Amino acid sequence: MRKPALPDEILLRIQQPARYIGGEINMCVKDPKSVDIRFAMCFPDVYDIGMSHLGIQILYEMFNRREDVYCERVYSPWTDLDAIMKKERIPLFALESQDPVREFDFLGITLQYEMCYTNILQILELSGIPFHAADRTWEDPIVIGGGPCAYNPEPIADFFDLFYIGEGETVYFDLLDAYKESRRLGESRTIFLKRAARISGIYVPSLYDVSYHADGTLKSFTPNCPEAPAKVQKQLVMDMAGSFYPEKPLVPFIKVTQDRIVLEIMRGCIRGCRFCQAGMVYRPVREKNVDELKHLAYQMLKNTGHEEISLSSLSSSDYRSLEELVSFLIETFHGKGVNVSLPSLRIDAFSLDVMSKVQDVKKSSLTFAPEAGSQRLRNVINKGLSEDDILNGATEAFKGGWNRVKLYFMLGLPTETIEDMEGIALLSEKIAAAYYDLPKESRNGRVQVVASTSFFIPKPFTPFQWAKMCTKDEFLERARVVNQKMKEMRNHKSLKYNWHEADVSVLEGVLARGDRRVAAVIEEAYRNGALYDAWSESFRNEVWMEAFRTCGVSPEFYTTRERSLDELLPWDFIDTGVTKEFLKREWQNALEEKVTKNCREQCAGCGIRRFGGGVCYEDPN
Amino acid sequence: MKIRIKFSKQGNMKFIGHLDTMRFFQKAIRRTGVDIRYSEGFSPHQIMSFAAPLGVGLTGSGEYVDIEVLSSGPSAEMVRRLNAAMAEGMEIISFKRLPDSAANAMSLVAACDYTVRLRPEYEDRLGAASEFFAGLDAFLESGDLHIMKKTKKGEKELDLRPLIFEHRPDEETGCFLKLSAGSAANIKPELVLETYCLAAGREYSPFAFQINRQEVYALQTDGDTKGRRFIPLEAFGEDIE
Ligand code: SF4
Repeated sequence: MRKPALPDEILLRIQQPARYIGGEINMCVKDPKSVDIRFAMCFPDVYDIGMSHLGIQILYEMFNRREDVYCERVYSPWTDLDAIMKKERIPLFALESQDPVREFDFLGITLQYEMCYTNILQILELSGIPFHAADRTWEDPIVIGGGPCAYNPEPIADFFDLFYIGEGETVYFDLLDAYKESRRLGESRTIFLKRAARISGIYVPSLYDVSYHADGTLKSFTPNCPEAPAKVQKQLVMDMAGSFYPEKPLVPFIKVTQDRIVLEIMRGCIRGCRFCQAGMVYRPVREKNVDELKHLAYQMLKNTGHEEISLSSLSSSDYRSLEELVSFLIETFHGKGVNVSLPSLRIDAFSLDVMSKVQDVKKSSLTFAPEAGSQRLRNVINKGLSEDDILNGATEAFKGGWNRVKLYFMLGLPTETIEDMEGIALLSEKIAAAYYDLPKESRNGRVQVVASTSFFIPKPFTPFQWAKMCTKDEFLERARVVNQKMKEMRNHKSLKYNWHEADVSVLEGVLARGDRRVAAVIEEAYRNGALYDAWSESFRNEVWMEAFRTCGVSPEFYTTRERSLDELLPWDFIDTGVTKEFLKREWQNALEEKVTKNCREQCAGCGIRRFGGGVCYEDPN
Repeated sequence: MKIRIKFSKQGNMKFIGHLDTMRFFQKAIRRTGVDIRYSEGFSPHQIMSFAAPLGVGLTGSGEYVDIEVLSSGPSAEMVRRLNAAMAEGMEIISFKRLPDSAANAMSLVAACDYTVRLRPEYEDRLGAASEFFAGLDAFLESGDLHIMKKTKKGEKELDLRPLIFEHRPDEETGCFLKLSAGSAANIKPELVLETYCLAAGREYSPFAFQINRQEVYALQTDGDTKGRRFIPLEAFGEDIE
């Protein structure tokens, strides 16, 4: 029987001990002594969140298919266990073997959101691995980062030996082979890192020198050895048919956030919303084969016993075989107590029909994400959702028995005016009015419209990467304007308005577009107790603000400053395939309120066509 | 067709709480393709009910869950198939068909057997195991077993003696207890241990013991009332050939 790294007494004292014992269904079991490479794959947040992440499941199964590799999982210990481990000096362990992480060859950390950065330091500290890559030896694993935040790795560059830029399925095996070769030849860690730098998509921060102008902006960013390329190429899976997908996902004992099968149907998005990083960096759209998906759905349900399957993509309505796939899933599985869920669907006749089959209309709500309150501002952000689309969709749904609507908006978008803010309330009101316009007999009680706003955070590799972000006070003032207008609406009793925390948005803004000088702030904040910043109950803004002061770093330099178009940006060394010229063009179009058509209507020439596949080469018929 | 499954929950599975154990079984049944019956309605669920929740930290070697199936293979095959879907530490012991008129496991529960082991690390604080359990046995035989039990309305006095059906030191594990269980009077072994520690001036710790629930019983109601007879829940069913 596998013995837990933690004694019973600790496991029985903490919340959810099942987070730490492994042993889940479909866990990979190998003899660690029989492999050449031990890989610890980490999601730096609590198990319940980390286990819900699809990317790790893909790499986990893919790595473990290799006989010479044993890939295990690591998550952040929750705060209760964190305190115990620090006090009793218990080293962090991987779930499968329960062995200390420090004994591994690699520690791979997925970077899904900026607010997990202090959790990375927690993982390193508990593992006994030096924070700074420069201080590590062969006694320490190679620490590698990947995932969306690796598109600007600079604020955490000091903490990583390597970053993997792009989709993990392509060159990871080359990296593992290079490692084996390097160890076989008895090379130094530095030589290995140089070897790794020659692999397309691998970024080794220590092989680049950075200098700054007097005004604090970046002056130069240059490789300091011949192995390091001036530009690091994003990796993309171009052959979705042959790409790897897990057939046997792990089944946790405890109920995690995604307690269901996640079936990825497509990568990328044709829409080109100008605020959306995913929509830019995952270009071009690549669809998966519908027959393959049917087979996968069947296999995964059989191998996990889950009672729900959820389709995943940035915009499922744009998957061309959606009707075929959804009808198949409903016919095949719905009678067997398997639920089908379809997030990110456009509300139209088809989706309403599907939803009425798979969910209880009375209990579910409709979701729209207009993102901006006026058509003018929706043109600025290139969100192709009109007021008519929303009102027609909502009216159809109301006739079908729905009476709850959720709306998602952003505040603080470039060029936003009072009218745009008030537009959020006006649109909410129109939806409520559309409900009460229906004859009484086709209504179902009162309508409830809940509008939520988050604060706009400019992200690298989007047309808004140069934009000025609002200050905290500006954000809160805008929320106040919306709130006030909501109260003035005739149907205000049917409307509800929520807004997001402003402090955490400002910090996320710094981390998203920061440079190497931000690392010191993250470290200082962590040392003073910042941890689990993505959780509102543990986020402590004062600790961060103090850290900025101590390190002499100004948050405003990264947030509220509008960057000039010719400024060298910290992430410019990455080539995502989408050209900077395209982003500049789109920024200009935004300011002129000009809409850019989606990839299926007309190619906008973003540059990604040279990858040779996806939507750019689709047959228009 | 009503089925009673007997299983054991050992090792790391002791950290899996009751609700998660239920979820685990639901998923295992789906993986196995057992032809379970689903409830009617918008979100159908499996017809499944457990005899008695087992607290986190306790192991069990005679746990029960009842299900309803539309069809079934022979018991031996069903046990094998289900075991192929278990996690390490969970094991299916039997799969028996119940008469259609059978009451469900939960309503039958009247007593449970437990073995209690003292963790060696705690002998410093609680005394050597043999001495500790000898003391416990003597206490259960002739000590004052009246306790104050918390109820919704406050506290009420309760005499544990008639609810402890059997007790004896056990050479291998430490001690054996047969305790009243179920809706009438549910006595947890921890309560017995804590009562003893309190009376004997020993420092009770919930982590000091490894407790295993060995069997769950129903009370035989027919016949004369003097000869109290407990029947393992498994005995109500028969193997499917
Ligand atoms: S090259 Fe054209 S079609 Fe291809 S992703 Fe870019 S804009 Fe879309």
